[in-house]
Amino acid sequence: MPPITSTPPGRPVDPLFLALPLRQLAAAALERASQLGASHADFRLERVRSGTWRLRDAKPAGSSDSLRLGYAVRVVLDGAWGFAAGVDLTAQAAAEVAEQAVAVARLSAQISRAAGSRDVVELAEEPVHADATWVSAYEINPFDVPDAEKTGLLAEWSSRLLAAEGVSHVDADLLTVQENKFYADTAGTTTTQQRIRLHPSLEAVSVDERTGAFESMRTLAPPVGRGWEYLTGVRGSSPGGHSLNGTGWDWQGELAQLPEHLAEKVKAPSVRAGRYDLVIDPTNLWLTIHESIGHATELDRALGYEAAYAGTSFATFDQLGTLRYGSELMHVTGDRTAEHGLATIGYDDEGVATQSWDLITDGVLTGYQLDRRMAKLKDLGRSNGCAFADSPAHVPVQRMANVSLQPASDGPDTAELFAGVENGLYLVGDRSWSIDMQRYNFQFTAQRAYTIKNGQLGGQVKDFAYQATTTDFWRSMRAVGGPQTYLLAGAFNCGKAQPGQIAAVSHGCPSALFEQVNILNTQQEAAH
Amino acid sequence: MGNQHTPHELVERTLELSRADGCVVLVDEKSSANLRWAALDSAPGSALTTNGVTRGRRLTVVATVDGAEGTASGVVAREAVTGAELEELVRAAEAAARAAGPAEDAGPLLAGEVFNGVTASRDFTEPPAETSIDVFATFAPELGACFARARAAGQALYGFANHELTSTYLGSSTGLRLRHDQPTGTVELNAKAHGASAWAGAATQDFTDVDVAALQASLTERLGWGKRRIELPAGRYETLLPPSALADLMISLNWALNARDAVEGRTVFSRPGGGTRLGERLTDLPLTLRSDPAQPGLQSAPFVIAHSSTDDHSVFDNGLPVGATEWISKGELTGLQTTRHTAATTGLPLRPAGDNLVLELADQSAARTMAELIAGTERGLLLTCLWYIREVDPATLLLTGLTRDGVYLVEDGQVVGEVNNFRFNESPVDLLGRITEAGRTEQCLPREWSDWFSRAAMPPVRVADFNMSSVSQAS
Repeated sequence: MPPITSTPPGRPVDPLFLALPLRQLAAAALERASQLGASHADFRLERVRSGTWRLRDAKPAGSSDSLRLGYAVRVVLDGAWGFAAGVDLTAQAAAEVAEQAVAVARLSAQISRAAGSRDVVELAEEPVHADATWVSAYEINPFDVPDAEKTGLLAEWSSRLLAAEGVSHVDADLLTVQENKFYADTAGTTTTQQRIRLHPSLEAVSVDERTGAFESMRTLAPPVGRGWEYLTGVRGSSPGGHSLNGTGWDWQGELAQLPEHLAEKVKAPSVRAGRYDLVIDPTNLWLTIHESIGHATELDRALGYEAAYAGTSFATFDQLGTLRYGSELMHVTGDRTAEHGLATIGYDDEGVATQSWDLITDGVLTGYQLDRRMAKLKDLGRSNGCAFADSPAHVPVQRMANVSLQPASDGPDTAELFAGVENGLYLVGDRSWSIDMQRYNFQFTAQRAYTIKNGQLGGQVKDFAYQATTTDFWRSMRAVGGPQTYLLAGAFNCGKAQPGQIAAVSHGCPSALFEQVNILNTQQEAAH
Repeated sequence: MGNQHTPHELVERTLELSRADGCVVLVDEKSSANLRWAALDSAPGSALTTNGVTRGRRLTVVATVDGAEGTASGVVAREAVTGAELEELVRAAEAAARAAGPAEDAGPLLAGEVFNGVTASRDFTEPPAETSIDVFATFAPELGACFARARAAGQALYGFANHELTSTYLGSSTGLRLRHDQPTGTVELNAKAHGASAWAGAATQDFTDVDVAALQASLTERLGWGKRRIELPAGRYETLLPPSALADLMISLNWALNARDAVEGRTVFSRPGGGTRLGERLTDLPLTLRSDPAQPGLQSAPFVIAHSSTDDHSVFDNGLPVGATEWISKGELTGLQTTRHTAATTGLPLRPAGDNLVLELADQSAARTMAELIAGTERGLLLTCLWYIREVDPATLLLTGLTRDGVYLVEDGQVVGEVNNFRFNESPVDLLGRITEAGRTEQCLPREWSDWFSRAAMPPVRVADFNMSSVSQAS
């Protein structure tokens, strides 16, 4: 298989990363692990730079620029995993880290054998990818932009919001990440990769000092695998209003409308609890997909690896190919290749070339997210490339691909989805989220909820949350919007595994219509 | 290369290189060891899965630059820094400070004998504390025996044991030389059999006090309770919350104690018409919620360690003493968290946030154990722990989340069976006012937040009308 070499001019791999002794350390570690009897060993050196800038009421309120640099050695020995990580960039130190990984594998094998376990770690085959290089799609590395320019733009936007009537406070945040990875294993694969991501966010707060009531509203701009152009570039021109077809988000439009949206929410009536038809905007639906489909279709969860922590999954392996997950309109893909996706990469942290595949087809569970161990364990052939570690100090675990609900090719736009709704709500923007440890019962809120009466969009209501069971919810999906409503949204902070790891992941989806979903009044929930 | 300097030498060398008006250097030496285990496909027994050891060093430079409009700060942190890269790091922090503009939280760096009469920890020049896989020397064989017992009993066993040691060296251009060693150890055990699931967790400093056999025995007892299944609908129930579950709710409350947000009218602790709810009674019981760096078994840093400025911390406060602080005193809200900056702007006392949390009645001798609370229950639910807790409404601090790994029905002082799981919607502030009985405070492991906050001691409590909003099918 030829290497993926996505390195167009202007986006070379950071020379500071390439100047590190990548291959020397890898050779020392892998050789030592092999000498000590490892049947497989892999080496991963990472340099992850993270920048944060925070403003309160347009004034700097803290920033940081941190860089994680280190390497990890993972081995399979006596049928058990061993893992160790270090930071000293010498061949001798790398060999010693390999020795520690071997020692951990031996201890693990010893304990498991003493307990009578027959579990043996085996890995699915993967073609060798020699000297492959991959760089994500972006135009301007945000770390090349002067800090003053970053905080200046956030301050200007904050001031614009603060100047609006009814806005008492504004919080602004910008997170940026540059992630460089070098991977090598004893099979001969070596990959060098670089990706960029960022997440700008502004939240306006309205406080009624007399009554003590307050409300807030946050921008809908999703985190993306793009560069600084996301804040300054050409905005998209989708009729949907917030699709990102250009290089930049429509910041001017969103900042202009946010105070009006907030003011309306402050005055909005409290929702009447009951069942409603919901038209859910992609700015909200992405998070429901993440929690109720993304995590539920992780095979490691379904098998029990996460049972003590994040939990298992109702979508157990015995139901593959038969579980009626949702409506026949439901087509969900796992994708590690989507341009600008937060989980997009060329090769995963086990040297597997990334792919896209079906998870749910015509409403039926047809696939899982895999790493090499999972793929072999269940005889599923090749891994689909979902191994990821968030730092050089962490072991790769099966992490989420960009899991996306596909639009109907000739589907309606969002306004057309309102047309058939007699008594409903239109939900926009994510806010609170929670789901149980098998991914059945969930409760979400939104930034805004508008009434829909007899096909017409009305004003906002507040104090709402929607609560449902995953399969009931997805089986109630009656219409899926067209490509013009599609948005790739996502999160920077998906948590999983022990020790805890954070991953960034995108979810694309159109607007969609769901029938008779339970709406709570959160004021009534808080009362007693 | 990276470790050719000892940590205190790195602090001194960095401060020598500084050309800024002020400089704070933090060196964090961190080591960790962990074991994780699972029973694949719920097969009886267990096997170790992803286990590892790590070693790392982070160097954080806070440069401060004075200007006509105020003092600016720049924070740059790097791991695996070599001696040759130090100067580049210092210059980067200084450049960040110059680009940042005046910092809102700016203040003079702490100097002189600010920290309990000293400017230097006695062990400042000593090597860092370190952990390794050897921390499990006794625990690991006991765990192996635990796996074998689970296999024999038909139980699937899952869990995680983690030990971390972080030695933080803090030096400032104003003369501070402080050091803190922070051990953090946790162990969690989850057993499943016949459709029932049970969990137990413990916090430890060094794993010498972890009795894994006793933890497993408690799980076996609970799985036994699970042999009788009882379906109950959503509703409001008298509920017994064990220390672990209460800790997760009180941690959420603790995170809402920010003084500035309260004064600005943005939290549950804001008073309508302006100001805060300080002085307001939150519960009729004489419950005290406090933090104390010297709390036995829960020791935490006795001075501020701030790697960046946030709503709760200021880099300018690095080295500021953190003392014993009561947030709620005998039922009354008495403390909100401040930095020196927010204390000055709000007019409230200086109260740095703590890294442990204790809730207790003043008279512990009269407080009952959880077993005694169960014995005194006519009809109510007994929870194990809570999960996926998220804020729904900051105005009331309404939280949602789920019960997990064992909800039991208590009737006439006896556990009579296991109940389905529930989603709850509750505010910990409102819940404080509905605690009708608090038991004996004990050290516990918060289940939901232990990745960020593991040092807690809480009582078991009896709560009236706990809001189980809906039924969860998860088991």
